[in-house]
Amino acid sequence: MSKPIDTPLYDRHVSLGAKMVEFAGFVMPVQYTGIIDEHVTVRENAGIFDLSHMGEIFVSGKGAPAALNNLVTNDVEKLKIGKALYTPMCTPEAGIVDDILVYRDGDEKYMLVVNASNIKQDYKWIVGHMPKGLEIADRSFDIALVAVQGPQSEAIVGEAVAQDMGELRYYEFENAVIDDIPVRVSRTGYTGEDGFEVYVDAARAGEVWDALFDLTNGIGGVPVGLGARDTLRLEMKYCLYGNDIDETTTPLEAGIGWTVKFDKAGFVGKAPLEKQREQGLKRKLAGFVMVDAGVPRHGFEIIDVDGKRIGGVTSGSYSPSLGDNIGLGYLDVPHDEFGTEILVDVRKKPRLARVVETPFLKLLGGK
Amino acid sequence: MYPEELKYDETHEWAKVEDNVAAVGITDHAQSELGDIVYLELPEVGTEVKAGGEFGVVESVKAASEVYAPLTGKVVEVNQAAVEDPTLVNRDCYGGGWLVKIELKDPSEVENLKTAAEYKDFIGA
Repeated sequence: MSKPIDTPLYDRHVSLGAKMVEFAGFVMPVQYTGIIDEHVTVRENAGIFDLSHMGEIFVSGKGAPAALNNLVTNDVEKLKIGKALYTPMCTPEAGIVDDILVYRDGDEKYMLVVNASNIKQDYKWIVGHMPKGLEIADRSFDIALVAVQGPQSEAIVGEAVAQDMGELRYYEFENAVIDDIPVRVSRTGYTGEDGFEVYVDAARAGEVWDALFDLTNGIGGVPVGLGARDTLRLEMKYCLYGNDIDETTTPLEAGIGWTVKFDKAGFVGKAPLEKQREQGLKRKLAGFVMVDAGVPRHGFEIIDVDGKRIGGVTSGSYSPSLGDNIGLGYLDVPHDEFGTEILVDVRKKPRLARVVETPFLKLLGGK
Repeated sequence: MYPEELKYDETHEWAKVEDNVAAVGITDHAQSELGDIVYLELPEVGTEVKAGGEFGVVESVKAASEVYAPLTGKVVEVNQAAVEDPTLVNRDCYGGGWLVKIELKDPSEVENLKTAAEYKDFIGA
C-alpha cells in the first residue's frame, strides 16, 4: 500500500482537534468531540462530514445508459436526469464488486460515486466491462465531498446556497453555488437522517467546508468523523462494503434485493441471482440486539443454542440512539427469523442475542 | 493528567499502591485514545493476575482493547460502579473510574513501573 493520502480538508480536521486514522488509503478524521456526542448531534441537530475519500468515476458517450445498465443490478436507464440511484455492481457469480451511487447528468452522461477502498478496482472493472468508445474517467482526486446530515441540514444547506432546498426531493440533485463556487448538491446520505452531500472541485473544498461548517457550528451542529458515520449507518442497517458485503455475498443475501431489477435486460450476475431467487436463500444478513453484555464485532462467530455455527458477525457496535449493543451478521435460514435467540462468541464466551427487525432505528429517511 | 503518586506501565495502566494493595486503572492517554467507553469486562474477585498479563477488556464504541495487570497478585475488589457506568473511566480515570484492586504477591515489582515523568516521556506528552 502506498503512502496514505490527505484529503483537501486535512488541516482543518487537525485544527479542529480530530483524531486522524488511516482508512482505505486516506488519512481521515475518526472523531472530533467523541463518537456518541457526534452521533446524537446528527440525530437531533446536524453534523458535517468530510467524505472526500469517496471516488467519482464519470461515464459518458453513445450507448452509455445500456452499457452501464449491464454492469449494475438496479435500472440506470430508467433513472431520470437530476436523480441518483443506489445500486450494487456484481461479478458474473453475483458477488458484489462494489455498492455505488449513480447520478444521471444527461441522456448519456453519468457520475458514479464509489467506495474509497474500491476506486482503482472499480475503474478497472468498469473499463474492462464496457464497450470501446465510451469515455470513462476517474476524477476522484479532482472532486471533494462534504456532507451535512441531520434534521437541521435543510436550513444549513439552504442558507449556504441561498435558496430554498425544500423542493429538492430525496435522491435528487442540482447544481448550485456556495459563495460563487459551483457545487453539486444532492439530497442523499448514509445516516438515515434528512441530509445533503455537496460535491465540489477539490481546489475549492476548503472554502465550501468553511461556509457549511460555520453555519453548522452556528446552530450547535458538530463535525463528524468516520466513527459516528459507522454507528449512524449501522442503526439503519446500511451495508458497509468490506464488512457486510463483498465479492462473496450477493445483493439478495444482503437484503438489498430491491436494488435488483430482474425485469430489465441481462446484466452481469443476473443468472445466479435468478437461480438464488428461485431456489431460496441459504443465509441472510440479519440484525440482532445483544441480550447479554458484550459488544459484537466484525469476525465474531454466531452459534445456535446447541452450539452449532450458524453465521458470523459482519458489523457491530454500541448503538448510541438505542443504548443497546447491536450487530449485523449472515445467519443460516431460518435462524434469521425475528425473535430467534442466537449466541455471539465474544472472546470465547457465548453471549445471548436476539434477531430483530431492521432498521434498528425507525426513521422517515429523508424527504 | 498523570498524578505523581501513581505508577505507570507501557500498556497504559496505572497503579496506586497502598498497604500491599494496588488500585489499577487506565491512564488519561488510554481513555482519550479509546474514546467513549461503553463496556468493561473485568475478572471476578479471587482471580490471580500476573504482571503484564491480560486481566480484562475495555471496549469503546469503536473497538475492544485488552487491559494488562501492572503487578502480580490476586483481585480483591472490582469496581462495580464502573462496570455499570463505563463512562466513569472517561470522566474520572484516576478516581471513580478505577477498574480492580490487586493484593500484591511481590511488592518489589512496583520498582519495575514508571514514574509519572517517565510515563509522560514514554507517550511523548
